[in-house]
Amino acid sequence: MPLIDLANPSRFLALADRVLPWLTAATVLAFAFGISQAYVAPDDYQQGATVKIMFIHVPAAWLGMLAWGVMSLAALGTLVWRHPLADVAAKAAAPIGAAFTLMCLVTGSLWGRPMWGTYWVWDARLTSVLVLFLMYLGVIALWRTVEDPARAARVAAVLTLVGAINIPIIKFSVDWWNTLHQPASVLRLGGSAIHPTILAPLLVMIAAFTLLFLTLHLAAMRNEIMRRRVRTMLMLQADARA
Amino acid sequence: MNLGPHAAFIVMSYAAAIAIVAGLVAWVMLDRRRLARELGELDAQGITRRSERTGQEKP
Repeated sequence: MPLIDLANPSRFLALADRVLPWLTAATVLAFAFGISQAYVAPDDYQQGATVKIMFIHVPAAWLGMLAWGVMSLAALGTLVWRHPLADVAAKAAAPIGAAFTLMCLVTGSLWGRPMWGTYWVWDARLTSVLVLFLMYLGVIALWRTVEDPARAARVAAVLTLVGAINIPIIKFSVDWWNTLHQPASVLRLGGSAIHPTILAPLLVMIAAFTLLFLTLHLAAMRNEIMRRRVRTMLMLQADARA
Repeated sequence: MNLGPHAAFIVMSYAAAIAIVAGLVAWVMLDRRRLARELGELDAQGITRRSERTGQEKP
């Protein structure tokens, strides 16, 4: 099937129906493997067993930023090509991104209390992630406020692209400012600073979370296409009654 | 497994993550069930989209 055919919502739905069971199975298997690896991973010499929080905190942070990246690409699709499937992809990603950003904030707080002595500090990394969460809420509110989906998509796309400036700020905040949050330790020049016995389960968990995001996003996109069909049919029904 | 003196923070972190993922999965599944029911009801009332009507007219 040529890639352009997927731009047709009906063909996209058919593909989603075929792919989702396999994607779900791959997600479950990846989590089973990742959690078993995280379970047997050794404690950190400084942080002790609290390092196990990293196996969910880091993937959640990654997905919080990935979802905004997906929304930014979709925003370009909306503004440049005015494609309705791009609107659908952007709208479906927002609640998922918000949920994983919330997970990042909650698990980070719970990790911070025993390690830093505080649940929260207004340093650049924590604040920029909180801003990301608030931006997600703003985009979700926009989608719910503007009734016409095409108009809502354009307004949300502009806000998404403006908000994309926050993603590099989150990534480099620990380098640009003095923060209580530790510097980059997975993706950094000179290689990872994490011992392989802890890094390996972390990478598996990142892969599992990414598969979970793909599964949820595809399912949410399928729902959004169905929601638009319901809306169209209700409008036709109202026209017929008028 | 010995989670050390900060076990409560580790357990709460995993509980929060499970609750959030469960919430997302429930949201997607319940939303799909509701939308499928609404689509079914509209179909039963004979409401069809223009693209579907065009499809039926084609030989």
